[in-house]
Amino acid sequence: MKIVTGNDLTTGAVVWWTGTAWSRHITEAIDVGDKGEAIARREEAARRVNIPYVIEATPGAHGPVPAHIKDRIRATGPSVRPDLAVTPVDESVGSYVI
Amino acid sequence: MADPIAIPADLRFRDDEPADEPAVSLDAFLDQPDAVSVRIEGGDDVRRLLPMLDRIQLIEVDFPRFRDGRGYSSGRILRESGYKGELKAVGDVLVDQLLFMRRCGYDSFAPNEPIDHAVAARALSQYDFVYQKAADGHTPVWALRHG
Amino acid sequence: MYRYDTYDQAIVDARVEEFRDQVARRISGEMSEDQFKPLRLKNGLYLQLHAYMLRVAVPYGTLNPEQMRMLAHIARTYDRGYGHFTTRQNMQFHWIKLEQTPEILAKLATVQMHAIQTSGESIRNISADQFAGAAADEICDPRPWAEYIRQFTTFHPEFSYLPRKFKFGLTASATDRAAIKLHDVGLQLVYGPDGDIGFRVYVGGGMGRTPFIASLIRDFLPAASLCSYIEAILRVWNRNGRRDNIHKQRIKILVHDLGAEEFTRQVEAEWQAIRPNDDDIPLVEYERIAAHFVPPPFEEGLDDRIDRTDPAFSAWVERSAHTHKQPGYAIVTVSLKPIGGIPGDLTAEQMEVLADLAERYSFSDLRSTHEQNVVLPHVRKSDLYAVWAALREADLATANLSLISELIVCPGLDYCSLANARSLPLAQKIAERFADEERQRDIGELKIKISGCINACGHHHVGHIGVLGVDKKGTENYQLLLGGSGAEDASLAKIVGPGFSEDGIVEAVERTVEKYRAVRNDGERFLDTYRRVGVEPFKEAIYG
Repeated sequence: MKIVTGNDLTTGAVVWWTGTAWSRHITEAIDVGDKGEAIARREEAARRVNIPYVIEATPGAHGPVPAHIKDRIRATGPSVRPDLAVTPVDESVGSYVI
Repeated sequence: MADPIAIPADLRFRDDEPADEPAVSLDAFLDQPDAVSVRIEGGDDVRRLLPMLDRIQLIEVDFPRFRDGRGYSSGRILRESGYKGELKAVGDVLVDQLLFMRRCGYDSFAPNEPIDHAVAARALSQYDFVYQKAADGHTPVWALRHG
Repeated sequence: MYRYDTYDQAIVDARVEEFRDQVARRISGEMSEDQFKPLRLKNGLYLQLHAYMLRVAVPYGTLNPEQMRMLAHIARTYDRGYGHFTTRQNMQFHWIKLEQTPEILAKLATVQMHAIQTSGESIRNISADQFAGAAADEICDPRPWAEYIRQFTTFHPEFSYLPRKFKFGLTASATDRAAIKLHDVGLQLVYGPDGDIGFRVYVGGGMGRTPFIASLIRDFLPAASLCSYIEAILRVWNRNGRRDNIHKQRIKILVHDLGAEEFTRQVEAEWQAIRPNDDDIPLVEYERIAAHFVPPPFEEGLDDRIDRTDPAFSAWVERSAHTHKQPGYAIVTVSLKPIGGIPGDLTAEQMEVLADLAERYSFSDLRSTHEQNVVLPHVRKSDLYAVWAALREADLATANLSLISELIVCPGLDYCSLANARSLPLAQKIAERFADEERQRDIGELKIKISGCINACGHHHVGHIGVLGVDKKGTENYQLLLGGSGAEDASLAKIVGPGFSEDGIVEAVERTVEKYRAVRNDGERFLDTYRRVGVEPFKEAIYG
């Protein structure tokens, strides 16, 4: 699947395209098919996101799992600080990154 | 911050008449003893103009990309060497560079994209004090401290 | 330490207002990210993996308690309760919001701090010996010169759009604790032939993709000509440095391409052209700055002995207390590398503990080091026990300075958008593997430096053992390098062979250490054994 990600302009928080809005939770990211680039450009131009880009991901039990480790870390938080995870209560955080 | 300065409509901070000849390339200029206007590209060595500074009325220096800072050195070298004519920054000139360019001796600007004059006015009057001498004659802080 | 006068304060305040306006123009959309990026970098603001990251300048690694407390306040109020000391003595906050940055900078300005030119293609923080003003072997305190250079290079109009970043390092000792030969310009304060003060000038050091040790370009530069000479160096590079390939734009590449001799010739010629312009800041201004750095009122006749009956205290003294020029005093280096912790990180509470200790025991003087530790430079030996006890309570008393568990590590892929691999979990694994104190003492001085990418912010090129994280077909992979040093005996570490997985490189380090122990002479530290026996015995031990 393909999902779109970026950073919130004013806060820098990692965000994921849900189909209608930008969410901090990758669990809400949708498969954009081949429309990713167009969505990214439109949302960037409208200043609703900063530096968006399209990535590969595979569906997982806890939402999409990005293909690249960098985006998996963006989705969950620093691997050495599970207390700062995006969803701290998510126990799968530790195994998810690798 | 000082009162915002007035920005000339044509971004030319000089009182004299502009040169009426278009600027030619450095090589062409060096071949034309009567030329008075020259255009410097990013990689040109402005010191090639030093022997004839007196006859030059306009030097345009190109800033091909705003991150390319060679023009700041070119400007300063020209002013240090006594150039009194118009020194124009052309190309990818953004409002946030104007102050540094003025300090390096530029007194006119031809940016690729229009500049917001209100923003420019604020940018040029943002700093009352500067740490170092440059080509704009602004007294550096060390001179103020020690009279 | 230096205190701003009204001019310095006005300049920093103007910068805060300017940036506030630039942020507003970015948020409103008047400016694109492409236009805004160089501007925010000039204020130390990166966009990293999880948020914006703000790099606050700690000029030449010097802080007072008020400033440390403000950093704690920033950590607590705007970040997630902690900060990180970098390999250039600065502090980074990793969870910053763009919209709050003007407010943060305004608060920093109230304690004479800023984030000016800590990033981007600027002249960066001037780093200096962290033992300045306390070390017995310095010819003078290098920090007034660092401040003099800082002012000269702040918002320098000719050099604000350089080909690449530019870093100065200063020392006034023959023992180089500031790694000056790994800087774009390294300056060593020396006496000239007539007994006057001046500088030995090194140019072209640096790490990154192509590391170089700086070349000596001038044996002696009179102090009065420092500014004009710096301008000559920068101008030669600004005009001639490459701008076509971001990996080839540092001054070290120009020095290498031209050769040190030709580069020096060009600088000297440019300097002759610049000198008549009177750009040099007069020495009376240096003296004004230097007046802020007079030694504190040391007590005379203090007891020079330390009671080391307590074994834990004694072990800490062994690593952390260094010789001070004043009898009865010691320089204390606080290790920010607890076993299993995150190297260089400090919580807001720990910052406040250090601020209190500095105020009470170190004449309100604190330093940060390029190996991500903190120094209390002027502690009475009779106070060491109390200082240690307070540090222990704050988990700041790990007795591992310069030992194998005291690693120097960049934030890596856990935080940094430039990284290829994570560095912090590896550092934790290595520290935990070698946690045993007796084993560490037996191994002795061994600096492991880890970078998560080729930008080398972990300074792996000058690790006794260096580790470089790379991306190998989408998986994290680690290269092992041996034999680097950032000290006066500077050398670049060499890669030993094919890379490893994270667990693989922990094993490789283990084998390296065991090989060292097997072939070392009595009292020989790892680096010296390596230099004596070469890489082959280690290669064999690691790869079999």
